[in-house]
Amino acid sequence: MEAAQETRNLTGIRQIILVLSGKGGVGKSTISTELALALRHAGKKVGILDVDLCGPSIPRMLKVQDKAVHQCDNGWVPVFVDQEQTISLMSVGFLLEKPDEAVVWRGPKKNALIKQFVSDVAWGDLDYLIVDTPPGTSDEHISTVEALRPYKPLGAILVTTPQAISVGDVRRELTFCKKTGLRVIGIVENMSGFVCPHCSECTNLFSKGGGEELARHAKVPFLGCVPLDPQLTKSLEEGQDFIQEFPKSPAFPAFISITQQILDGTLAQTS
Amino acid sequence: MWRRWPEVQPRLVPAAGKVQKWKRFRRTALEPAVPRRGKGHLVRDARTSVCAPPGLAPPPTRVALLDIDICGPSIPKMMGLEGEQYVEENLGVMSVGFLLGSPDDAVIWRGPKKNGMIKQFLRDVDWGEIDYLIVDTPPGTSDEHLSIVQYLSAAHIDGAVIITTPQEVSLQDVRKEINFCHKVKLPIIGVVENMSGFICPKCKNESQIFPPTTGGAEVMCQDLKVPLLGKVPLDPQIGKSCDNGQSFLTEVPDSPATLAYRNIIQRIQDFCGLHSSKEEKLASS
Repeated sequence: MEAAQETRNLTGIRQIILVLSGKGGVGKSTISTELALALRHAGKKVGILDVDLCGPSIPRMLKVQDKAVHQCDNGWVPVFVDQEQTISLMSVGFLLEKPDEAVVWRGPKKNALIKQFVSDVAWGDLDYLIVDTPPGTSDEHISTVEALRPYKPLGAILVTTPQAISVGDVRRELTFCKKTGLRVIGIVENMSGFVCPHCSECTNLFSKGGGEELARHAKVPFLGCVPLDPQLTKSLEEGQDFIQEFPKSPAFPAFISITQQILDGTLAQTS
Repeated sequence: MWRRWPEVQPRLVPAAGKVQKWKRFRRTALEPAVPRRGKGHLVRDARTSVCAPPGLAPPPTRVALLDIDICGPSIPKMMGLEGEQYVEENLGVMSVGFLLGSPDDAVIWRGPKKNGMIKQFLRDVDWGEIDYLIVDTPPGTSDEHLSIVQYLSAAHIDGAVIITTPQEVSLQDVRKEINFCHKVKLPIIGVVENMSGFICPKCKNESQIFPPTTGGAEVMCQDLKVPLLGKVPLDPQIGKSCDNGQSFLTEVPDSPATLAYRNIIQRIQDFCGLHSSKEEKLASS
């Protein structure tokens, strides 16, 4: 009975995309959130599964941090971000009694919750399920990939900053993908340059080009560079829809381009 | 300032000024300061890396840097130790990065195996006599963090330095990290706000790339009654130094970020100095 229910909760999802990085602080949650918003603007129905159990950032980024999760016959009902129910979200952030409560769990407990998140959330019909992960190649990643394997994820987007220090860890993440049989959709180079709003001088705060070079070296697609953009950071702080509100902002074209490549890639795969 | 540990036979030698032969020795170690973070891995690695060399380690201070970010071991590269075994005479480094054959090798381990590695790093490494043991941790509040606190409990950790960036998205995780420290009775030396503003090299105007929409670390520290050790501004030279394995403090001595780091390091040393003299008084009474 449990196996049948497990299949039912994910069979309505057309494509599953994981967002990974070997490194912390590179912007996985940012990329996951903006990708979801851009796909929504392209007319798609999107779910986000936040498996960063120690640092669940996405509820705040979508302004739903005060919402609660409800139960239904098929399991948990994800939190809808909008009235039209075009974006839904599940995160451990919704299960904490207090927002500052730390999730101090060892691997086995984390693995158990991730299994529940994969099988017991009643997503309904979705075009895309985006899975945001914590940095690394450990319990959460192994469990998530194992639990999702029967549903054949489209693949993984790897996020890096341009610096060698970040690229060095993302190389290891690429190995993780290879070893677990997870297709790499492509690499995104985040925090790629900052254009001063006062004088338009571009400064490469975290170096430049590391992500593109890694993609070339590993023979995987390079999806694009996302520049540092204070308006983007502020939108995430305030839970605003950056794609809707700031189409002229420096980061906007990058997100649209990345999303278009995913849509084109999906189309190519299904045809 | 010293804790004598039982004689053990070391099996691992840290990268240090001299590659020591395996031998029996009496190992002593100072209570370590344990930097940890809630968010921003990049952030913290840069901090510990630049903190450990000249800042904390003008001779004769002896410093050891232990990297327990098993999945993302960045310290060897930041210290310029890829393929090398030497840093300085008075600075030793240990990381899983040294044990991996290729830069593409991934450490795909669940918690118990990571814990085993951390135990080995602490028990079986020939640290020699050191004044400061700095432990760099991965993001989160999980196996590595629980284990390091547990394994070092007999050594009486001086405290934790917690790194954040100014935005609420970072602070909300750092509050969890602070609660973790309270839960496991780990003293908090203080919080460092990294990436705190950027001054354009051309027009000298300041931009808040990571805006402190809820008051940044300053307000959080006031609310939670923990010290704010300092704010480090963004400087592209920091990332460059880390990528090249150079000491930012030595390479760019005039940067505002260098001044910020030095002030923070001084406050950490003052805290540790005060902490040990209190313990000595207790021990002698």
